[in-house]
Order: sequence, then structure tokens, then C-alpha cells
Amino acid sequence: MDNPIVIAILVVGVIGLLCAVMLTIASKFMAVEVDERIPQVRECLPGANCGACGFAGCDGYAAALVEDPELSVSLCVPGGATAAASIGKVLGREAGDVAKQVAEVRCSGTCEATSVKMDYKGLESCAAAKLLFGGTGKCVYGCIGLGDCAQVCPVSAIHINGGLARVDASVCIGCGLCAKTCPNGVIAIRPADAHMVVDCNSHQKGAGTRKSCSAGCIGCHLCEKNCHTGAITVTDNLASIDYAKCDGCGKCIEVCKAGCLVALNITKAEVING
Amino acid sequence: MKELLAIVMAAVLVNNYVLAQFLGICPFLGVSKKLDQAAGMSVAVIFVMVLATAVTYPIQNFVLNKLGLGYLQTIVFILVIAALVQLVEIVLKKYIPSLHAALGVYLPLITTNCAVLGVCISNVDNYMGVTAFAGSFVQALFNALGSGLGFLLAMVLFSGVRSRVDKCKCPECFKGMPITLISAAIVSVSFMGFAGLVENLLG
Repeated sequence: MDNPIVIAILVVGVIGLLCAVMLTIASKFMAVEVDERIPQVRECLPGANCGACGFAGCDGYAAALVEDPELSVSLCVPGGATAAASIGKVLGREAGDVAKQVAEVRCSGTCEATSVKMDYKGLESCAAAKLLFGGTGKCVYGCIGLGDCAQVCPVSAIHINGGLARVDASVCIGCGLCAKTCPNGVIAIRPADAHMVVDCNSHQKGAGTRKSCSAGCIGCHLCEKNCHTGAITVTDNLASIDYAKCDGCGKCIEVCKAGCLVALNITKAEVING
Repeated sequence: MKELLAIVMAAVLVNNYVLAQFLGICPFLGVSKKLDQAAGMSVAVIFVMVLATAVTYPIQNFVLNKLGLGYLQTIVFILVIAALVQLVEIVLKKYIPSLHAALGVYLPLITTNCAVLGVCISNVDNYMGVTAFAGSFVQALFNALGSGLGFLLAMVLFSGVRSRVDKCKCPECFKGMPITLISAAIVSVSFMGFAGLVENLLG
């Protein structure tokens, strides 16, 4: 027993044992009961932690879902219908319909179509550039192109191309973080299967838009008059599309003089038939 | 009272654990990207440093020194600190869930943080045996508190520096960690200006 090695081993062993006993007792008596459905619900969510549901990440939404039986199970945009259905299964609730949504940069102002009004050397941030005379571009409504949206995108779906942010719709999860970040409000969330989009955000009068950009909506009402479903309305010199009404006939694109209307999901046959 | 103030001031400014003694560099570089994370981590470190000193100092005095096992200091301290942090986490989770949610991520991170171990060991080296146990124990606790506050100061300052550096254009080869290390070095050099401050102010 006098061997110092034995004493050292005993001392460390006893201290370790005391710690272990203390921790075991503590975890037994102070265990917090976690609803076992929370991890199950969490499993159904994609884990992008994008915050599109309005809660602090996927864990927050899972906890809120279990606690509040009234909460809709279809708030997760990236997870879409599959996530909603599997959550509904875990919690025994009906899942509503969730359409896949993607972000759309409503601006066609590439370097060819429009130009800058200043030689901006400041912070590489749209929010900062916006403070200087409404942005670097001639059009104060359009995409500034410094990439605040690309920075917040959790899946790197946005890239700056030709001075303009572009969304890769196949990668986009529709969380809407970019739409919240854009200081000009250029980015909108649209259904992924929309037929048409208006890629312009300018509310200037036609002549003003023409001066600053060759691809902007001039509010000429031609598309509105030629739309047989009444899906297009022009308000404040800007056309907007009711995606639910649009059937993708493509007539509006034929008559659009500015070229700000962009066809997405229409085939040539559909254009002719429409 | 004046002596305790001098201990805290010296630990915060002159012997700052991160910027003067280069302990705890990994959380300093890892968690200093955002101010709220840096502050959360630092509060957890303050808490654990004081608690770890409160437990390890008596163990050194009454167990290790009595049995002549001073050389087991590092092993025993790491063991005790790790168990202690786990216990704190369990207690917080049960009784103060909001604090657990705020500190939760950072508590396991500092389980075996070298700054925490460094404070415990340097307390033993600096204060033990100089005066009676009770007096030196209080001094050690205040040194731990000061060291934690110093960590907070370094983290908050550096997260500010880092957010500015991130916004600047710097040469491609310096982007990311290289420019961060260079800024850390410059912040550290600036803290050399505090050398001799406490002796001349309160000495």
C-alpha cells in the first residue's frame, strides 16, 4: 500500500468514481423529459435551418409543431409536400398541399440593357450601395448586383451574372431569405411551375424606364389587353401575373415590346394552341 | 479590496489569457465571427472558470498536496473540470432552460478548454501557500473571474475587428484565416500597451 503508484491510481480512481456517481445521480434525478415526437418530427424536416417557416431553424419548428396542435404542418418550404406528409403521419394530422416555390429575381437589367450612374468603390453590399442615391444602377428599382442575396442563400442557388443576380431554380428551396434581404425588393417567391414571370420591378413611367433600361416594363398594357384569362394586370406602370389564372398560352410574350416577360414552363405547342 | 481589484485588472488587461498568454486560441478564432456568439461563449467561459477554480483549488490543497501527488495535477484537473461542466449542463437544462439554450452549444466546447485548465493551474502556482488557504482561495477566485472577463473583452473586441476585416477587400492569398491571424496578432500587440498599468495605478 505504500507504493506511490498504488496511491496515485487509487486517488485518481476515487476522484473519477465520485465524478461518475455524481453525474449518474444528477442525470437520473434531473432528467428533462423530452417529447419523443420532437426528434421524429425533426427527422422529417430537411435540416437546412433556413427559417422560412418563421421559427428558429428546423429544431425550433419541430418543437413548436409538437407543442402547438393548431400549427400547420406545411410551413416548411424546402421540405415541400413530402415533409408535410411525413410530419402529418408522425403527429396524426392532415397535411395540406404545399406547392414547390422558388425565388425569382424580377429584373432583366443586364449590363447590356442598362448601365451604372456612378463608379461605386464602397462596400461590396447592396444594402450599403442602396444608401448612396438609391443604388449604383440607373434604375433605382432593379437589381444592384452586389450579391447580398447570394450571401444569405443557404444552398448557394444565386449567382451574379452580368451584373444581375440569377436564381438556379433547380437548386433553390424557396426559403425566401433572399427576398427578405434584397434592399430593393426585387426578389419575389413564385410557384416553381409558373408559366410566365415579369422580370422587371420598375414602377417608373414608361419614358423613365426606357431612359434607364432597355429591358424594363414600360406599363403599355398590351399584355393585359391580350391576356385571354385575365391573369395579367398592370398597376403603377408594372405588369404583374396572377400565377393561378395564367395558363401559359404565351400570347403576352408575343405582344410584349419591352421584352421583360419571360416564359418558363411552356412548350412551343402550347404557344401555338393558346 | 484594492488588492482584489488589482488582481482582476491584471487578469483582464495585462495578463489577458488570450492576447497575452495565448491560451484558448481555438474558441478565440472559431467563435469570434459574430458578436452574439462571441458574447455567449465568453459568458460560459467566465462561469466555468470561476466554478472550476472553486473546485480544483481545494482539491489541490487538501488532496494532492497532502498526499504528495502534485504531479497528477493536470490529469485530475481535466477529469474534474470535464465532470463539472457536464453536471452544470444537466442542472441548467433542468432548472434554467433559457440559460441552457443560450449557453448550451458552448458549454461542451469549453469542457477541456486550455484557458480553463490554464487558469486553474496558474492559480495554484501563483497563490497557493503564499498566505493562509482562505485568503489565497478568494484571490484565486477573483483571478479566475478576471481571466474570464479578459476572455470576454478579447472576444468582443476581436469579433468587432473581424466583422470590419471581413467587409474589406484584402489580397486573395490573405482571405480567411491568414488575415484573421494577422489581425489577432495586431490586437495582441495593442494589449502590450497595458504592461505595467496595474502596478503604477494600484501598486
